[in-house]
Amino acid sequence: MANASVITGSPLSPARGRVNSGARFWPSALAVARRTVLKFVRTPQLIGLATVQSAIFLVIFRYIFGGAINAGGLPYVDFLVPGFVVTGFLWAGMGAAAGVAEDVEQGLFDRLRSLPIPRAAVLAGRGLADTALVTWSLAVGTALGFAVGFRMHGPVTAGLAALGLCVLFSFAFEWVFITIGLVAGTAQAAQGMSVLMTVLVFVSSAYVPVSSMPGWLRPVAEQQPVTPMVNAVRGLVGGPQAEALLPHTTAYYVGLSLIWAVAIMVVFGVVAAARFSRR
Amino acid sequence: MTPGSSVGFGLGDRPVAVDSRGHSKAMTGLPGEAAAQHVAADDARVPGAGRITDALTDPRPPAAVGLLSERTPVTPIVEARGLTKRFGRAQALAGLDLVAQPGRVVALLGPNGAGKTTFVRSVATLLRPDAGSLQVAGIDALRHPARVRQMIGLAGQFAAVEPAMTGRENLEMIGRLFGLKPKQARAAATAVLEQIQLTGDAGRLVRTYSGGMRRRLDLGASLVGAPRLLLLDEPTAGLDPGSRVQLWDAIRQLVAAGTDVLLTTQYLDEADQLAADIVIIDHGQVIAAGTPSELKTLAGDDVIEVHVRDAEALPDVAAVLSAVGRDPRVDRATRRVWVAVDDGTRRLMEAMRALDHGGAGVEDISLRRPTLDEVFLTLTGKPAGTTGQPSGPAAA
Repeated sequence: MANASVITGSPLSPARGRVNSGARFWPSALAVARRTVLKFVRTPQLIGLATVQSAIFLVIFRYIFGGAINAGGLPYVDFLVPGFVVTGFLWAGMGAAAGVAEDVEQGLFDRLRSLPIPRAAVLAGRGLADTALVTWSLAVGTALGFAVGFRMHGPVTAGLAALGLCVLFSFAFEWVFITIGLVAGTAQAAQGMSVLMTVLVFVSSAYVPVSSMPGWLRPVAEQQPVTPMVNAVRGLVGGPQAEALLPHTTAYYVGLSLIWAVAIMVVFGVVAAARFSRR
Repeated sequence: MTPGSSVGFGLGDRPVAVDSRGHSKAMTGLPGEAAAQHVAADDARVPGAGRITDALTDPRPPAAVGLLSERTPVTPIVEARGLTKRFGRAQALAGLDLVAQPGRVVALLGPNGAGKTTFVRSVATLLRPDAGSLQVAGIDALRHPARVRQMIGLAGQFAAVEPAMTGRENLEMIGRLFGLKPKQARAAATAVLEQIQLTGDAGRLVRTYSGGMRRRLDLGASLVGAPRLLLLDEPTAGLDPGSRVQLWDAIRQLVAAGTDVLLTTQYLDEADQLAADIVIIDHGQVIAAGTPSELKTLAGDDVIEVHVRDAEALPDVAAVLSAVGRDPRVDRATRRVWVAVDDGTRRLMEAMRALDHGGAGVEDISLRRPTLDEVFLTLTGKPAGTTGQPSGPAAA
């Protein structure tokens, strides 16, 4: 169908109303994404608070718990910062879930679902915008990491690859958060459900070596998706010294984390789309 | 028009009513007057709650639509047949039949949980009914929901606008999503802003708007695509009286511009103010339909209302009024008694003589048309929604 609406006369004197062709997929997705980004940018309190929160979190681990954690020969700051940056999107994602739930609650999604646009475009727009926002917080997190003493031990290209992986992971997890937001229905419920993410964050290799955990917890930490993601990034930016501490090669973790990312994206993308267009 | 009947709404200047026996009549002249004559001629029996039950147990005339379409080649803007929808144990729609002709404002009126919102959401393709058929402007909404979406605009119970964007940005975004080009979207936003009287505030973020302004913007958002059918689900719920009147004005302008409107409301005065046709829904079914004046006729031609000085006089006045009409109703809170009567002027004189004789302290006495509150009470045996006046049968 042609992407054009024929306007006869003024748009306000429709002889018998118009048939609206509706926007196509990408224009729709971009319009929805723009709105999410504007909402974020125009709420400075939100940005400020998120930055302060993650700074406090980093400082606590770096200077308070850090002294008590043995990272196996690696300076703890070099162990910590990759884990901190990777799990940063999980914290940011909770806000995304609450935002999606709010859109459901306040009827915005009903309005969008009643428009002549591909329904998948609404979710794609939301996912893209949230990923863009998370990328911003990723950059802030990385800068904070350098500020507290983190240094790269691998090539710059590896660092860029690590950042790329982080963006991909956050895009994958975004679908988990969209699903949570759609299922929860209210922002508060979404926030509550997202708290489960703290389990994923802490029962992983992000803040402490898995080998320091009790035997029964270790398999859980090793088999869940966050651990390979953290290990992949840590191996890329930490150089040989960090890689030596990992049970497998960096390439292994990069591959495994990519598989996880794609699997999460597909499963939760389908669940979210089904939930969104359910009627 | 019979309660519980299938109803076809105004076909330009010749409204057609199809009663529960499948008879169809073209009405001439003013719709209100014609309807009153029609009801008077057709319904020798007094319409009331018992009557509805009869109508509902009558077999539905399968030919009702046929008759309608023979008379008029106009495609109904909404045509629902036997719609049912169940949420768990709650039956939201229980075989709802409704035909709305284009060019008129139709108000769905009913208490909370009557099925109004479920019906609107079905028309908006947000819900899929469990059974029945639903056509919007001749398009099967169950089979081709995407095509239906090209013709509708929806404004729900919440103001679904983005607080962190300006009024103009909100409208332009929705305009773009309707498929307008950037220039067209800008022009449409400008025109809509004018229409909803927000031109002066167009550049401000919506988070600085009042509740009424947000609602008007929400209405505007459903309009930027100039849809054929506008669906408004309780557009003024929770608004202060001033904002309600402003929103009503905006809706009236739309109608004048040629948009078909299907709105739901719990407010009887809102339906009375805005709609050419009113459909009363209760328990997921249509229990009555017609123009406001037709529906008012169901509760009696006229109402005599007496306002007494002292609540103690209420039973006496009620007793007097029961002699001039049937089943007077008393509202102690406002110290009023009212009764439906057939021959208003003569009954009023009778009532005045009797009251004068009885020596009751009457503050005010009036003859008026019944309100939709009273119609609702007559039809369902309970007051409408939250606006219903507390009332009960006269103390004998």
